[in-house]
Amino acid sequence: MEELNQEQWAIDAKGLVKVFGKNRAVDGVDLKVKKGTIYGVLGPNGAGKTTTIRMLTTLLKPDGGSAEVLGYNIIDDANQVRQRISLTGQFASLDEDLSGMENMVMIGRLFGFSRREAKKRGEELLTAFDLFDAAKRQVKNYSGGMRRRLDIAASIIVSPDLLFLDEPTTGLDPRSRNQVWDIIRLLVKAGTTVLLTTQYLDEADELADRIAVIDHGKVIAEGTSGELKASIGSGKLHVRVYDPEVRAHAAQVLEQTIQTKVLLGTDPLVLTAQVSDTKLVSKALLAFEDANINISDFSLGQPSLDEVFLTLTGKPADDQTKEEAAG
Amino acid sequence: MSNITQAEAIEKALSNRVRPKKASALSACLTFSGRMLLRIKYVPEQLFDITMFPIIHLLMFTYLFGGAIAGSTATYLQFVLPGILVMTVVMITMYTGIELNNDIKKGIFDRFRTLPIWNPSVLVGALMVDLVRYLIASTIMLVLGYILGFRAEAGFGGILLGLAILLLFAFSVSWIWTTLSMIMRSEKSLMAASMMILFPVTFVSNVFVAPETMPRWLEAFVGVNPVSFLVRAVRGFMEGTPDYQAVLWVSIISLGLIIIFAPLTMYLYKRK
Repeated sequence: MEELNQEQWAIDAKGLVKVFGKNRAVDGVDLKVKKGTIYGVLGPNGAGKTTTIRMLTTLLKPDGGSAEVLGYNIIDDANQVRQRISLTGQFASLDEDLSGMENMVMIGRLFGFSRREAKKRGEELLTAFDLFDAAKRQVKNYSGGMRRRLDIAASIIVSPDLLFLDEPTTGLDPRSRNQVWDIIRLLVKAGTTVLLTTQYLDEADELADRIAVIDHGKVIAEGTSGELKASIGSGKLHVRVYDPEVRAHAAQVLEQTIQTKVLLGTDPLVLTAQVSDTKLVSKALLAFEDANINISDFSLGQPSLDEVFLTLTGKPADDQTKEEAAG
Repeated sequence: MSNITQAEAIEKALSNRVRPKKASALSACLTFSGRMLLRIKYVPEQLFDITMFPIIHLLMFTYLFGGAIAGSTATYLQFVLPGILVMTVVMITMYTGIELNNDIKKGIFDRFRTLPIWNPSVLVGALMVDLVRYLIASTIMLVLGYILGFRAEAGFGGILLGLAILLLFAFSVSWIWTTLSMIMRSEKSLMAASMMILFPVTFVSNVFVAPETMPRWLEAFVGVNPVSFLVRAVRGFMEGTPDYQAVLWVSIISLGLIIIFAPLTMYLYKRK
């Protein structure tokens, strides 16, 4: 990666710091995002994701560090940066009182299109995003998914070189979420670099070429989703026995097979374990049969964000919303 | 629409990588003005202040004080209308700040701030629509005044000159409220602060009574109150005896307000 020359980075941030009062919301974040890729910033509420995005999009001045976005310094060349990026904020960056089309025309005009061109572009994008029928309705009457799509449509009126999506699927139903994912994939195919933040590991896993895990304003892990998973184990094994009497025996058998510590759940029938090698899991199933232990449930889950945090930080990903509110 | 054609439509829309020339400052201002006009279209109630205030103020003050102060309401109306006009429009400017204070909390401002546009256009565009609002309020009051018997001795030309200086001042004062709206965290505190400034400067002036009737210390304050200069200027134009000294002072004060508060507003806006 390091040998890439400067022009290949869409974002090159070094040691970004932002302090709100006593709270170091962003505490020395380094990010390198390659052009033409999707980069995921993963972390719980209040980890500093939004603040980082606000600095990279020139909305906030960093208190320390520096960043180049598409080769332009975010402080000295803020206007150059603004001409090339687009932001879809966590809360819809739309005028809720206006209709979908009025939003598109207004933003198109501000980008420098004539009224006629802005209208044409608005129609084109609303149609593509399946919003044409709702074009004349006020945005406040849109569903969450429609709002998100309109927000993204507004962000690409002039196709940006780099698009920031701040939690693009938080609060969406699964169908809308898939639609947004499809749109993001198409954007990248068309040559736009995307930086997205998310609280969901599966979203980062599904979309991002590389992921930075961020907590308390610091990047605590970075890599492809494969690399990250390898570092935290493949997931959590969940076993449920029929009879609480045999749980202790089952735990012993399981511990021997998968060679990791087995935890006893509060439910007297449940056993859990963090698994690093999935091959051993299938052996465990056989081992139970050999030991004559009947089980009612045997499942291997993807590591959750909580587990990622537990592994990376040694503590659960507690909700840090309060700190954010204070900032 | 099937998924395949939608994907194609998106790809087609994205393949259009036209990058128009940067919007001019004027065009950006006009777009923001258009946004405010659209908001009036959806929420016409926001015209309540500019329609009801002029009517209530004029009727209330003319008939409440007229007999006591000037002996007859007809005489008083002739004296007081330019003053109430000034008071009403200056008070309505306060809503500029309240609207902005509400508006700026919305997500759309994040987008505005990341667009490559002339930054002040967001506010200048909104203030341009406010000028129209002030003009509507003035027209309503003048029409009602004429129905009640007010006559501007200088005729239509005098009225236009009076309105011009009034709108200049109103536009300048609006920048105080935009500055405050960036500082104040809630609409309520902003309203309280605005009222605290507006009540004394509009009432303790020459709007209702001639300053010669006041104690000397009060007369001194009224004499330097910018609203008094504005009332003198507007009265002068309407009565056909232009008070150029007052016009000059109002112009200087207006420019001063813009020079101080417009950059201050923008500074706070960028940091918000």
